[in-house]
Amino acid sequence: MTIRAWSGPARENYLQNYRGLLAAKSAFRRMPLHISDQQILGGLDLPATLATGRAVMTSGLLGDCDGGVLVVAMAERISSGTAARLAAVMDRHAVIREQNSIATVHHARFAVVALDEGHDPDEAPPACLLERLAFTVAQSGLSGDAVWPDAAMVAQARESLGMIASSDDALAQLCSLAAALGIGSLRAPLFALRAARAAAALQGREAVAACDIALAARLVLAPRATQVPSAPADEKPEDQAEESAESQSPRDDQPEAVEDSISDAQKSVLPPELLAALAAGAGPKRASRGAGKTGDSTSLRRGRPAGTKRGALGGGARLNLIETLRAAAPWQRLRQTAVPGCKLKIRADDFRIQKFKEQTKSVAIFAVDASGSAAVNRLAEAKGAVQLLLADCYVRRDQVALLAFRGRVAECLLPPTSALARAKRSLAGLPGGGPTPLATGINAAREMAEAERRKGHQPLLVLLTDGGANIGRDGKPGRAAAAHDALAAARLCRGARLSCLVVDTAPRPQPFVAKLAGEMAARYVPLPYADPSHLSRIVQSQGDFRASSAA
Amino acid sequence: MVFPFSAIVGQDEMINAIIIAAIEPRLSGVLIFGDRGTGKSTAVRALAALLPDMAAVAGCAYACDPVDASSLCESCRERQLQGHLPVHRVAVPVVDLPLGATEDRVIGALNLERALADGTKVFEPGLLARAHRGFLYIDEVNLLEDHIVDVLLDVAASGENVVEREGMSLRHPARFVLIGSGNPEEGELRPQLLDRFGLCVEVRTPTDIATRIEVVRRRDEYDRDPVSFTAKWQAANAILRDHILQARERLAGITVSDEMLEQAARLCIALGTDGLRGELTLVRAARAWAAFQGATCVGTAHLRAMTSPALRHRLRRDPLDDSLASTRVERVVAEVFAA
Repeated sequence: MTIRAWSGPARENYLQNYRGLLAAKSAFRRMPLHISDQQILGGLDLPATLATGRAVMTSGLLGDCDGGVLVVAMAERISSGTAARLAAVMDRHAVIREQNSIATVHHARFAVVALDEGHDPDEAPPACLLERLAFTVAQSGLSGDAVWPDAAMVAQARESLGMIASSDDALAQLCSLAAALGIGSLRAPLFALRAARAAAALQGREAVAACDIALAARLVLAPRATQVPSAPADEKPEDQAEESAESQSPRDDQPEAVEDSISDAQKSVLPPELLAALAAGAGPKRASRGAGKTGDSTSLRRGRPAGTKRGALGGGARLNLIETLRAAAPWQRLRQTAVPGCKLKIRADDFRIQKFKEQTKSVAIFAVDASGSAAVNRLAEAKGAVQLLLADCYVRRDQVALLAFRGRVAECLLPPTSALARAKRSLAGLPGGGPTPLATGINAAREMAEAERRKGHQPLLVLLTDGGANIGRDGKPGRAAAAHDALAAARLCRGARLSCLVVDTAPRPQPFVAKLAGEMAARYVPLPYADPSHLSRIVQSQGDFRASSAA
Repeated sequence: MVFPFSAIVGQDEMINAIIIAAIEPRLSGVLIFGDRGTGKSTAVRALAALLPDMAAVAGCAYACDPVDASSLCESCRERQLQGHLPVHRVAVPVVDLPLGATEDRVIGALNLERALADGTKVFEPGLLARAHRGFLYIDEVNLLEDHIVDVLLDVAASGENVVEREGMSLRHPARFVLIGSGNPEEGELRPQLLDRFGLCVEVRTPTDIATRIEVVRRRDEYDRDPVSFTAKWQAANAILRDHILQARERLAGITVSDEMLEQAARLCIALGTDGLRGELTLVRAARAWAAFQGATCVGTAHLRAMTSPALRHRLRRDPLDDSLASTRVERVVAEVFAA
């Protein structure tokens, strides 16, 4: 089950009630965010091993949870690795640990409650985990006035669960409903079937009834729906309205003459052989990626070795044996005891951990001005330039994100992804027209960049605008206020120490855009006519510039 | 206890590719691209229960093959010089490589426990050692970190894991069939890694309601009573196992005519695949498929059936072009075989 709600009394209350329904002695464990592998799956207890001189194993958290419930706190932030391990254990109902070529199998069958505190629609637990959880509960579903069944009733239902019959009709119904809702995964109808059976057991029925199926469909299938049966994809079922309301950014639908003119990306302004060369892998290759292209960060797990430090083992940290021995050596005489056969005394203080330098992923965030003025001017060329940069990002294995601002809002067309084909699709579908909410656009881009930085990625912000700001931060028209707000937003970018690039897409270079770039501490580039390849070179050199400034 | 392989509904292309990889390990791997919840993991994990046990040197950490003297690890070689190697039968390993696995888990590392407790330098084998002579399964292979991919590429190419770390210097054989699965929407795969997979299949959720119902029904039946469900499918599994064993025996005797080789070359030229691995894989896959079908030589039908899985991931591509490779392959297949 996923609970998508912020921490608070409602959620605590809900969990408390839930816990009340479980069998008396079952485990109810919380998994913190940065749990180490050893803690999850179990492993060698190093301090105890050292103290006793023989191997002492710890049982992992998942093994301890057998028959109980695992609460995954801040599930939207857990690493994909942790999620993958959790998913593997859930699939096999067992923790399988191999040590010295001996496999030990601990049975671990547990329920998972993922607490998802995601704010944006993109901020969600890893898909492999969500896929394996049957129910989704939104904040609105946590209200305290629901009547919770008696624990004894639940226990009784658990007893009778094995005897509940389900007809083929029920199965067929759930399967066709899932297909109609556009749910590809077959785990969904399977979960729904089990939910229906459990509902029947709770009601004391011997077979699954129509109302159980309806309930299961509402709880399991509806939140996963991607389409409404035979209806346009942009409408969602009522059950989901609450959740989808926040995920759908409001669109500005003013009918105006210049509005929504979809101008195609002009490939003609790009030297065609450049793209072809990139596709064949002959373009600016990894060789051009300087030592510090993406910026380095120190890590305890991977990358190139970069010195050692004193520290504790665990969490994937690697012991540097030589340094550890070196650290322990001077103390041997002092530590000498009468214990025979013990030649070397090493204490936890002596542990030296290998440090590594790791290349961080960079994320290029494109904020594109798709307003009417830009559309009239050179939206097509701006799109062409972005496309060229996308191809570049592919070569550099960067992630890309795409934001567009027009009308009164900034829209996230594409959350950070490395799937370039999707970026290209959403770029192609980007309509132009409407006024220019420059400040809103810059703010949205900055927020995304900061979110990426929190994830440990290196953001690079690329703003393409013609500078004709005419909508202020508050959504009111007015050139002076809009310009003032835009400059203020730009200063925030500088405050956040983001690396930025401003591309002036106006027909003639605009002093205002240059000033904006100055406030952002960004590199300013007027988009040259018919030479976007020049632009891609600039983004590359921007990466180098950033590396040199970081050094 | 795992879901029986023969009870998997539909997904013929994926099932066939996995069977072919089991018949001909030199194909070096299968890549499965597709949506979630289409039975990718189920199929791979079911494989372990399907395959017959293999003979291995008893007490060897790498489960060396006692018959093949050239592939023995150092300790087995020494023991062989001293006398007879003890042999026992073990299950074919199907090893999971989880995302976020550390390098020392994959390669193997100094056994810290032994090093600290009694000061001996003992190597603790990693996932690569355990996958030797079996299968290494990577779910979400496209999200695998670059430094692990580097390790895999190196070992997969040489069939040997060379460990140089923490004062240890050793090498051991590591030949395995790589099975990767993932969703291409979530990220690209490095071309070098893509090339290591012999076959690439695409799985889609069945759209036909009857099939979907059957999938859920069987899975539900299994979940409610795994023991009797497995027993029910035991016979079907045994038949399939015999088929695979027979195909393995027949494999060496399957002939490939020059005409077929020419056909394969023409396909690869028409598709513009880089290098010769395309032809080689195509011919090997067609031979394994012919063996499984009980034929004595590779025919056009076998070649045709294997063209898509063997070649669709080897096309040159424009990073921004998202048209399906499969459709391009289909087109060329139609052209070449019509001529």
